[in-house]
Amino acid sequence: MAVELDVFVGNTTIMDEEVYQLWLDGYTVNDAVKARMDAGVLEECEADADVLLSDTMDQYRTFQMCERLLQSPAKLANQLLFQITPHRQVMLIERYYAFDDTFVREVLGKKLSKGTKKDLDDISAKTGVTLKSCRRQFDNFKRVFKVVEELKGPLVENIRQHFLLSDKLARDYAAIVFFANNRFETGKKKLQYLTFQDFALCAGQLINNWTVGAVDNMVEDMDVDLDKEFLQELKELKILIADKDLLDQHKSLVCTALRGKTKAFAEMEANFKNLSRGLVNIATKLTNTKDVRDFFIDLVEKFIEPCRSDRWTAADIKLYLTHYTNSAHILDPFKHQAVWDRYMGVIKSCIFIMYHD
Amino acid sequence: MPGKLKAKIVAGRHLPVMDRASDLTDAFVEVKFGNTTFKTDVFPKSLNPQWNSEWFKFEVDDEDLQDEPLQITVLDHDTYSANDAIGKVYIDIDPLLCTEAASVISGWFPIYDTIHGIRGEINVLVKVELFNDLNRFRQSSCGVKFFCTTSIPRGYRAAMVHGFLEELVVNEDPEYQWIDRIRTPRASNEARQRLISLMSGELQRKIGLKVLEMGGNAVVGYLQCFDLEGESGLVVRAIGTACTLEKLTSGSLASAHTHPNTAPASNACNSPSKDGKESPLAHGCRSTHNSPVHSACSSQRLSQNFSVSVPTLIFTGMGSGGSAGKEAGPLKTLLRQQTQTALEQRGASSSGLLLNAREFPFFTLTSFPPGFLVHVGGVVSARSVKLLDRIHNPDEPETRDAWWEEIRQEIKSHAKALGCHAVVGYSENTSICEEVCILSASGTAAILNHRYMREGCLDIGSTDQRFEDPSPPSCGFCHIPYDELNMPFPAQLTYCYNCRRQKVPDVLFTTIDLPAEAAVTGKGCLIQARLCRLKKKAQGEVNATVISNLLPFMEYELHTQLMNKLKLRSMNALFGLHIQISVGENMLLGLASATGVYLTALPAPGGIQIAGKTTGDMSNEQHILTIQKRINDTIARNKELYQINPPKLFALDPEVFCGTNMELTEEGVGSPIPEPRHRSRLFRSHSESSDEVSELDLSHGKKDAFVLEIDDTDAVEDIHSLLTDASPPAGFHSCNTETMPGIYNWTTAVQMFTSVRVLRLSNANLSNQSLNKIFTDLCENLLKSFYFKLRSMVPCCLCHLNFNVAVPEEELIQVSVTAVAMTFDKDQTQERPAERFITKGGSETDEQLQFSLELCADSSSTNSQPSSRISGTVSLFTPAAKLCQSQLVVVHSTGVPENTIVSSRAASVDYGSFADRCSTWLELLRLKAHTIRRGSVKTSRRTQSLAHSVSSLEHCSPLTEGRSRSVRSSRSFGGSPVTMVKMTPLSFLPGTRNIKYLGIINMFFIRETTSLREEGGVSGFLHSFIAEVFAMVRAHVAALGGNAVVSYSMKDCVLMENPNKNQAQCLINVSGDAVIYVRETDQEPTASMTNMGQSLCAADGAT
Repeated sequence: MAVELDVFVGNTTIMDEEVYQLWLDGYTVNDAVKARMDAGVLEECEADADVLLSDTMDQYRTFQMCERLLQSPAKLANQLLFQITPHRQVMLIERYYAFDDTFVREVLGKKLSKGTKKDLDDISAKTGVTLKSCRRQFDNFKRVFKVVEELKGPLVENIRQHFLLSDKLARDYAAIVFFANNRFETGKKKLQYLTFQDFALCAGQLINNWTVGAVDNMVEDMDVDLDKEFLQELKELKILIADKDLLDQHKSLVCTALRGKTKAFAEMEANFKNLSRGLVNIATKLTNTKDVRDFFIDLVEKFIEPCRSDRWTAADIKLYLTHYTNSAHILDPFKHQAVWDRYMGVIKSCIFIMYHD
Repeated sequence: MPGKLKAKIVAGRHLPVMDRASDLTDAFVEVKFGNTTFKTDVFPKSLNPQWNSEWFKFEVDDEDLQDEPLQITVLDHDTYSANDAIGKVYIDIDPLLCTEAASVISGWFPIYDTIHGIRGEINVLVKVELFNDLNRFRQSSCGVKFFCTTSIPRGYRAAMVHGFLEELVVNEDPEYQWIDRIRTPRASNEARQRLISLMSGELQRKIGLKVLEMGGNAVVGYLQCFDLEGESGLVVRAIGTACTLEKLTSGSLASAHTHPNTAPASNACNSPSKDGKESPLAHGCRSTHNSPVHSACSSQRLSQNFSVSVPTLIFTGMGSGGSAGKEAGPLKTLLRQQTQTALEQRGASSSGLLLNAREFPFFTLTSFPPGFLVHVGGVVSARSVKLLDRIHNPDEPETRDAWWEEIRQEIKSHAKALGCHAVVGYSENTSICEEVCILSASGTAAILNHRYMREGCLDIGSTDQRFEDPSPPSCGFCHIPYDELNMPFPAQLTYCYNCRRQKVPDVLFTTIDLPAEAAVTGKGCLIQARLCRLKKKAQGEVNATVISNLLPFMEYELHTQLMNKLKLRSMNALFGLHIQISVGENMLLGLASATGVYLTALPAPGGIQIAGKTTGDMSNEQHILTIQKRINDTIARNKELYQINPPKLFALDPEVFCGTNMELTEEGVGSPIPEPRHRSRLFRSHSESSDEVSELDLSHGKKDAFVLEIDDTDAVEDIHSLLTDASPPAGFHSCNTETMPGIYNWTTAVQMFTSVRVLRLSNANLSNQSLNKIFTDLCENLLKSFYFKLRSMVPCCLCHLNFNVAVPEEELIQVSVTAVAMTFDKDQTQERPAERFITKGGSETDEQLQFSLELCADSSSTNSQPSSRISGTVSLFTPAAKLCQSQLVVVHSTGVPENTIVSSRAASVDYGSFADRCSTWLELLRLKAHTIRRGSVKTSRRTQSLAHSVSSLEHCSPLTEGRSRSVRSSRSFGGSPVTMVKMTPLSFLPGTRNIKYLGIINMFFIRETTSLREEGGVSGFLHSFIAEVFAMVRAHVAALGGNAVVSYSMKDCVLMENPNKNQAQCLINVSGDAVIYVRETDQEPTASMTNMGQSLCAADGAT
């Protein structure tokens, strides 16, 4: 005697948020039943395990049928198959596109290709996120990437409109897309201490200041690709380190300003040339895609690590970078103020974000 | 050429990718009606094509308009090969043919394919221009309104109820034609869908013609079914009740004017109205004795050539008293002659339509306007086993007609035996397995008020006194309609506990809904009897005989189970009883569902006593004692659960003490079960105490006990199964009727659902007992599942739980359930019955008002009648009066309990004063009417404009409201809006008014798959199919401009699977009424006030 068929269909689609979460988290039906039992759902109403199993199966089926619609959320609003109230729809979408920070940290900056997808089981084992959930999250990244790739207009806004996501989630997706597109290296050991949110904030800075969209907002890929012209112009900054006089002049200006204001003054003075060379070199090499990928690792190696070994505080960093940036304006022969500001603005913000005491 | 159908194809969206190379589709649309086809242009390379076509015009007969659906096919253009079909939409034009219903169909329809399911949506506009056709010989019946609702639809009043309608059409099933061997499954499915759509269109048209011939304008309680007879064909049949409906509010002006003139005139010259005077006698209603009875009758007759082999059985469930265990005589052979005469009668009078309607005074309605239902006799049912043979000539479906005619005669004669002249809550169904078909019909024998019958609605004065006794509405229907001295079956009669003036039975079974005015104690609950019987596999006539022989035993056992479970819950009446017997190759399944209640008018049920066969065996006795204790505990618990505390009306009556003493002495004497004679004497001499204290103290087993004898293992099993039924968890209630007695403060949240479960019996050698257990568990588990799923809605009630069982294959049991969960407000559930009555009256629509107004008009015209007569009408009058005048409400609310107390104590004295008060009310009302009539012009003008504004509101506001609301809800998403469409199997949505009925929804779908595993197995397949059916129903309703489906039902869900071949097929048939509802507002009282004034005007003018 076996239940051959068991379905329950409501005119208004019945969805239990707890079960939805379990499904999103990639639990199998049996695991979900166990989890629900542990959560005490049986105690709150007189039911047995069979009832729970039947309910869980029904809900899983419903979610599976809904999945197709969730993959293009705009359809969910005007499809006819499931009658779901608008606020429920919002919940379904938001949760479907939510992701685990631990997982996204692993794939951030990687190419969203089949190859990466094959590595998902390793990532799953490493992060403890179920493979099913990893796949969903990875596919979400890829889907969003594909859609916005071909769209004009601001990246965050596009994501929000196409996937009906909240502002916060849309921003996170923009970061993921941006990282995947530029293939920023984030997996190196030296970068492990950085969280996804750190990178997302940096991405926001880069998108707002260094992309084509920062200047012109109606171009394709405007927020995804870095502004090539700007990268070219960055080469001009070389003069700051190539010209010995200029470098010395810059150093003295900064040191004058900093003297007496920080305990780390000695280190700052000693390291000035090194640090300046590091930052300017990063700028001048950005025309190479390879070096763009290493942007964050370079920042860490060339600037953050030396500072950290000298025990600078976050306030020291701030002070130093502010004066470093501003002093360049006073340098007489230095003509590239605009480019310098555009470059240093982002570098400053990124370093603030990335410098953990 | 009386009609022009216009269709416009606007756009498509979410189309499937048909060209793998481009990931796009080159879609175009074919629009077909009858034999005419139009095509749109191809919209290349898009999944969201914008055709924006011209108007395609079809010039057609209205006959075709009724029969044919508009067929829209979406295709993918292919230059090199045949165009691929994406899917189809069938649109039923019928709602557009009725002036009062929808005027345009416009909206997004799911594009449906029988293999792939829903594949995108298409936006279509459809209009119809009808030309008047005065051809007397016309074959169409445009304009007749159809309602699935089994009551007078809200917002209408029944000017006349004409009677029973039946029709059936037969055809060959395309699935079984030779061509099916060479065509694709898709083509075959589509042929079938189209054929059934055509057949139901034709059926509806024919029924409509009958209605017109009878002089009616609507069909209420329309019930259409399909019989898939396999090789022998396809039968589509329908029954319904013909009515003349008048719309309230906007129509009130007209009706007010016609009443004084036409109605009395027709009344005067209408000879049948005199007929009505005699008919109660002719129909065998002897004097005023009434009593409720259950009588389930089963008759078996094989196919027309085969002789009648099984005796007709009538068994009465009245074994509640006495020591009737199983062996005593509830099984009783009904006189053969009775059936015989019935058959003769039919032969004599089966010609002519009107005669036919009169011949079968059957009503598919389950709830009635107040005053319509006079007495209820009990359930009548008939079954017949037939052998199917090929239908040779589809145009002459005589055999099937004859079969049903036979059954109906049977029903009629059973009703007669119960002293009733009508059958209400009537329904018919079939169960088919291979070539054997069980036809079943059941209903409730009743005596109806002739005023509302075909003869004329205002025929009040001429109706005979005897017949229409002035019983209070809260108990009148319980009074026995049959002769006390000549009872059709053994039953214990007592004086009504409500009015003390007439006899009532101890238990009442009915198929109808609980009348709104009935006095009920506590709450109700769903009661089910479940039964499995194995049978040997056999062929042909042998098989039919085997089944015939099993049927009476099944009915008997189901009945016993129902009775036991009813007693266990300490209740005394069943409503909405539906017994389904399903036949499979090697078993028969029986499922009886009903809602149990405690009717205040009926005596308190006795307990259940367990008796052992052998005395002296200590262990056995111990065992019996424990069981007895468990049963007693259960009864006590149930009483508390369902709040069954019968009112202590006679607490201060010295006789009560006397009665209690009597009981005590009885107990002392040690006679556990009083002899029926003795007891009835007791009841007559003393007011029986339904006092709960004595009830509890005397233990359930002693008084009125229903004895269960444990003489074999069967009996033990029975008792166990009795006790295994779990009561619903806290916060939940369940019933299978329209609403739950005892709950009146519904909130607006509703959740309609359909659930299907199929069980495979792995062990081939199961016994009856273990099968029963499995079946019972299946049903119980389903209920448990519902409670769990809907736990967030608590406190909530599952209403209209409609179970459907089938044996799709050997070793498979299928149960499908459709029901609605409705939430209610917890705080007010403890309302007193008296208050409740008023709320109910207040929330009812003005149909009551209309009826009562007629009454008022009449009683004022026949002013010289004896006062008792008036008092009878007054009790009817009051609920409506509340609607218009709060002043009257006060009087009313005090009046009802007073009435009950008074009449029970000293009927004659207080009755007069009651009547006096009534006449003062009447005076008051008449006075009011005069002021309205004679009053300033200003007043009447204002009332008129009010009426106008109401009607104009109705024409425009709902649509705009619906639209604007949906726009609002979708704003956050940008995309085009989807209207929320509510669905419910009930005739109403709580807290709302149905302001417009847009037409009937009657849809039939087939879905097939050859990739069962990929679709998630049978469960996945059926899950998505049911969801798709819901979606298509909602889309059609939305396109008609509606926002809800009421009286929704899934009549068929036939699933065939072959997992080995990775295939499955399913057929689903659903129906309901599309409506526009609005939240209840205070506009209502104003409108009814207007009606009131005008009708009163008219009525006064007539006198």
